[in-house]
Amino acid sequence: MKGIIGRKVGMTQVFDDQGTAIPVTVIEAGPCYVTQIRTLERDGYTAIQLGFDEVKSRRNNTSRLTKPAQGHLRREAVASANIPDVRVLREFRVKNGQTVDVQEGGTVLCDVFERGDVVDVVGISKGRGFAGTIKRHHFNRQKKTHGQSDRERAPGSIGSGTTPGRVYKGTRMAGHMGSERVTVKNLTVEVVDASRNLLAVRGSVPGAKGGIVIIKEAHTSRKNGK
Amino acid sequence: MDLIKSLEAPDRGFPELYPGDEVRVHVRIVEGGKERIQVFPGIIIRLRKGGNDKSFTVRRIASHGIGVERTFLYKSPRIEKIEVLRHSKVRRAQLYYMRDLRGKKARLKEQVKVNRNK
Repeated sequence: MKGIIGRKVGMTQVFDDQGTAIPVTVIEAGPCYVTQIRTLERDGYTAIQLGFDEVKSRRNNTSRLTKPAQGHLRREAVASANIPDVRVLREFRVKNGQTVDVQEGGTVLCDVFERGDVVDVVGISKGRGFAGTIKRHHFNRQKKTHGQSDRERAPGSIGSGTTPGRVYKGTRMAGHMGSERVTVKNLTVEVVDASRNLLAVRGSVPGAKGGIVIIKEAHTSRKNGK
Repeated sequence: MDLIKSLEAPDRGFPELYPGDEVRVHVRIVEGGKERIQVFPGIIIRLRKGGNDKSFTVRRIASHGIGVERTFLYKSPRIEKIEVLRHSKVRRAQLYYMRDLRGKKARLKEQVKVNRNK
């Protein structure tokens, strides 16, 4: 299982060998620390827990993390590894048949990926607040003319009349949009810059600049033999 | 921002371009495994800034008076060289009106004294 946590830096374009411009999202990925390995015997499932985003100590040298978080990072099993204070912890499931090739206290750098790898990227999408049906569900706008007023962006009918006498559950209406976990599948890794901990993946990635994203091996991709 | 910059194509010292410039763009072209350089001469009718994504459009009149426009990415490695032959006196940023002009009307007055520092 290949995976890493990163921070979205922004988008730009790079040129490939033929000189074709490729739109890429730059992600500052890692360094991540293996904070725990979940095992089948103890936890009921197998996963690798990574930590990312080092936080500086306060001026009086006390940690900004909560006591429980500090305890987790400094517990006996990983004490020798001196894991720095990390703000973000995420788990990566190890599927049946895959082996855990890292150890507790180890580090994961962006060079786990190489150019051409196909990855899925998970992020928290930008919040749109309370959005209408046009933005949220791609409804069409109504007529601007022909005697209509105040109905341009209204959703229209939301159901029948006396029968069934109610609005069906799941009817698409206005409501909160965005700020949710979104996975973009099958993006190609175009650049790996291990010296700066940078990855660039082709295309766009959910979330705002500075948002935390998870990059992992593509779940369904011919290249990964699935 | 600096992190992004590190991935962007380096500045290759091409001359600064302005709308109305008469230029010759030397483009690398791969044809059947062989690489050669083609020159695209014309007038810059559009210049889009934006750092790494900077681009410009060159318009030329090809044979039979057919106008041909080609847009280049300023930082593209396919561009071998850009020659600026002359600057023109223009009063607009986008010279789309050149598309409607034919023959002698489609000329631009040369600007000899180039003083474009603000």
